Amino acid sequence: MKIHIPTPLRGYTGGKETVEVAGATVAATLGQLTADFPELRKHLFTDEGKLRSFVNVYLNDDDVRYLPGKEETAATSEDELTIIPSIAGGSCCCCM
Amino acid sequence: MIRISEEDYAALRAHGEETYPHECCGVLLGKHEPGMGNRVSLIVRAGNTRTDSAHNRYNIAPQELVRIQRQARGLGFDIIGFYHSHPDHPAQWSQTDFAEAHWMGCSYIITSVEKGKAVLTNSFLLTGTSEEDKAFQNEQVEVEAAVVVASSSAGEA
Repeated sequence: MKIHIPTPLRGYTGGKETVEVAGATVAATLGQLTADFPELRKHLFTDEGKLRSFVNVYLNDDDVRYLPGKEETAATSEDELTIIPSIAGGSCCCCM
Repeated sequence: MIRISEEDYAALRAHGEETYPHECCGVLLGKHEPGMGNRVSLIVRAGNTRTDSAHNRYNIAPQELVRIQRQARGLGFDIIGFYHSHPDHPAQWSQTDFAEAHWMGCSYIITSVEKGKAVLTNSFLLTGTSEEDKAFQNEQVEVEAAVVVASSSAGEA
């Protein structure tokens, strides 16, 4: 399936905005993505193998975290995954 | 350096005035030009989902970002940065801005809005390669005047 890579991570996919990766589930697809582009792994996952808290993954128009099967949701070659880091902030000096 | 048209520059500042006393936010679409920096071709307004603390926080819904990234792809642009306002606060990045900045290589434009009026607009480039070595670097904002194409009927008769 197609995976859309955000601007800051394209340096790890040879500059490609979109890459084609096969996988039966979202997790398998992300696993194959990081096998094809190993440098991506640390930017997407923690040392414990969990998606970093600020990394959002969308299966088509759905946030994978809110799908019933989460990362084990089945995927087909017709689906598209989008990786999108979060955007937030504000003038508050130290409220997180 | 980040380059932006006079029109887009004025529009993002006006956005901050419109949402005052709340923070505005939006996305900068364009291209990174090697050796030249980011060039903005289009700004896209986004909603601030932090309605609980909109006077000093902002957040863009990931779903909206997905839509904007799709829009950028369709236009042949990339997401090259973001903008937001600091109502009654300086146009400097805060610790919150820094902690929640994850788009390395992108520009973060901040406009201070004092008593409803946009004052200063600064830009900060997020440098580094990871969460561990990221840093904000001041970057010059180059506002480009609109190109006026004069038409003349001379010689057309």
